[in-house]
Amino acid sequence: MSMNRRGVLAAGAATALGGLPRARAQDGRVIRIGVMNDMSGPYRDAAGPGSVALTQQAVQDFGSRGFAVEVLQADHQNKPDLGASIARQWFDQGVDVVADLPTSSVALAVNQIAREKNKVHLNSGAATSDLTGPHCSPNTVHWTYDTYMLAKSTGAAIVKSGGTSWFFITADYAFGHALERDTGNFVRAQGGSVVGNARYPFPATTDFSAFLLQAQASGAKVLGLASASTDTVNAIKGAREFGLQRRMKIAALLMGLPDVKSLGLESGQGLLLTEPFYWDLNDRTRALTQRVQAKNQNRPSAMEPAGCYGMVFHYLKAVADLGVAAAKASGADVVARMKAMPTDDDAFGPGRIRADGRKIHPSYLFQVKAPGESRGPWDLYTLVATTPAEEAFRPLAEGNCPLVKT
Amino acid sequence: MDDIFGIPAPLLFGQLLLGLINGAFYAMLSLGLAVIFGLLNIVNMAHGAQFMMGAFAAWMLLAWGGIGYWWALLLAPIIVGITGVILEKLFISRLYKLDHLYGLLLTFGLALIIEGVFRNEFGSSGLPYRIPPELSGAWDLGFMFMPVYRGWVVVAALILCLTTWLVIEKTRLGAYLRAATENAALVQAFGVNVPRMVTLTYGAGVALAAVGGVLAAPIYSVNPQMGSNLIIVVFAVVVIGGMGSILGSILTGFALGIVEGLTKVFWPEASATVIFVIMAIVLLARPAGLFGRA
Repeated sequence: MSMNRRGVLAAGAATALGGLPRARAQDGRVIRIGVMNDMSGPYRDAAGPGSVALTQQAVQDFGSRGFAVEVLQADHQNKPDLGASIARQWFDQGVDVVADLPTSSVALAVNQIAREKNKVHLNSGAATSDLTGPHCSPNTVHWTYDTYMLAKSTGAAIVKSGGTSWFFITADYAFGHALERDTGNFVRAQGGSVVGNARYPFPATTDFSAFLLQAQASGAKVLGLASASTDTVNAIKGAREFGLQRRMKIAALLMGLPDVKSLGLESGQGLLLTEPFYWDLNDRTRALTQRVQAKNQNRPSAMEPAGCYGMVFHYLKAVADLGVAAAKASGADVVARMKAMPTDDDAFGPGRIRADGRKIHPSYLFQVKAPGESRGPWDLYTLVATTPAEEAFRPLAEGNCPLVKT
Repeated sequence: MDDIFGIPAPLLFGQLLLGLINGAFYAMLSLGLAVIFGLLNIVNMAHGAQFMMGAFAAWMLLAWGGIGYWWALLLAPIIVGITGVILEKLFISRLYKLDHLYGLLLTFGLALIIEGVFRNEFGSSGLPYRIPPELSGAWDLGFMFMPVYRGWVVVAALILCLTTWLVIEKTRLGAYLRAATENAALVQAFGVNVPRMVTLTYGAGVALAAVGGVLAAPIYSVNPQMGSNLIIVVFAVVVIGGMGSILGSILTGFALGIVEGLTKVFWPEASATVIFVIMAIVLLARPAGLFGRA
């Protein structure tokens, strides 16, 4: 329903983006960053208003270096066609960067447009590793995480602990397919097997019991959830209810702070999950969380907004380095400069961006705490393992990215 | 182990049972819609939002008032029903003389506003609500592991549906209601306060949605979108059953739950579409719906 219902409003949403406030004459000195994500659907809590807040924080922390920065926002409602039309409109109206872009299908659509128009696509929220693989682009940086990173960390940990045969419940679109594929590859590479899968329609599925029963009947040892947000929460609740955990391990391959909060520690305890950012990871992440709290509805940031912080901060550094006029003239030049400069920000610490556009940083395997272990409303994770930056992501040579010369 | 169409028989039985459980939700929701449409001639697009409000009311009662599931099952529908009565008094009662489209647009707009308000207040990822301890656990049926709570949902839905059907078809109150839809002026002439009866009927229809919401709260994430995924399917159920037909919507709700459940086994990708394919076929063959009077 939400799709159809929102479809009616789509045209209206796109028009509302219209008139940009500043006069054209000032264009030369203003950098415009458009944060596009899901403001009204299932991904809102992970990457919605939070991403806007953290982007604004990055602009504020960067300070003034001779040019103004304007932050815009739009709701793509998880629809590739709507996302594409907003991006076109933005670029034609002088927006230099689209940022965040969760929902892989939308990200892939906008990726192409940013390249065509020679603007910048900074991606934090989308999961598909194809953004730095076959679809890599000289105008794109993929910052926070991807399906390969999740698969390697969570998937490998579960295979190692004896979970050798897998059944996947997969969101039937680009993201779910990529996550299932990347995890399946890991499972097989480690000598495990994939015994079956069920692909559910996104976002029209509320009840997962039918798929859970298929998973149970398959005899697999691991239930791999290649899904996200409320879907994952509903699937895990169902799995507990139907007693799947008696014989199966649950691998929630993409699960973030808001999902764990929503599931509750009671149902969530013991789950393994992977994130490159957690608010309580170190002094720098805690300081950032403190700084942005008032802007961010008094809740700690999920990894997607944290990614917006890191990548926008780094982007602005590259713009200052390159000069505003040159930066506005060519998105590819800014991205090239971003790749040439080492990164360092409070959310992710020091790192770098590879030739294929992949940002490199460590990934962390967390375990969800039991209710008794938690010392505060957002004290939800225990750190179990760290994958070093150079090993966390797909090796450069294996991605089939045309930008990488072999 | 026997196979049926390449699917092991136990798995198939399990899926039939699950289909029945989901069908219980469709039946409960489409029942409320059918009551409202049949007696008020209003296409209540806010029904999904009211289902969601029922679930949130249960959550609020527990989180803010310490009131548990069983009381919520009684109180949440009353609370949400009262909001329905207020909506009817303020807005919907002005539309009875106009075309259906106006009611549809009004309630559609209301649904968007209600969902937006809840989203702003509670976010999109949802809130946890526990299964009541009396109903937790599961039965091992041999062919599947059946959660006690899901069994309770089917029983509750059947009781609710049958009661509603009996009230409308077999009681004096029901007779007044049906008479008022045929000729309001005449019923009013007999001394029945028709506008008040209509208001209360809307409230009751909304309360039915809220009961569904309370029943759903422990199973699904309690989030502002939870109704919007269901409502379009439920509309299809009402259309297939025949607009306004109470019995039709109950039977169709359960039947389509089963059809959808089977689709999830044979072709999961199509499970969101299959109901609309059936709707198209039924509309071609019987435009008034399976149980509707042309």
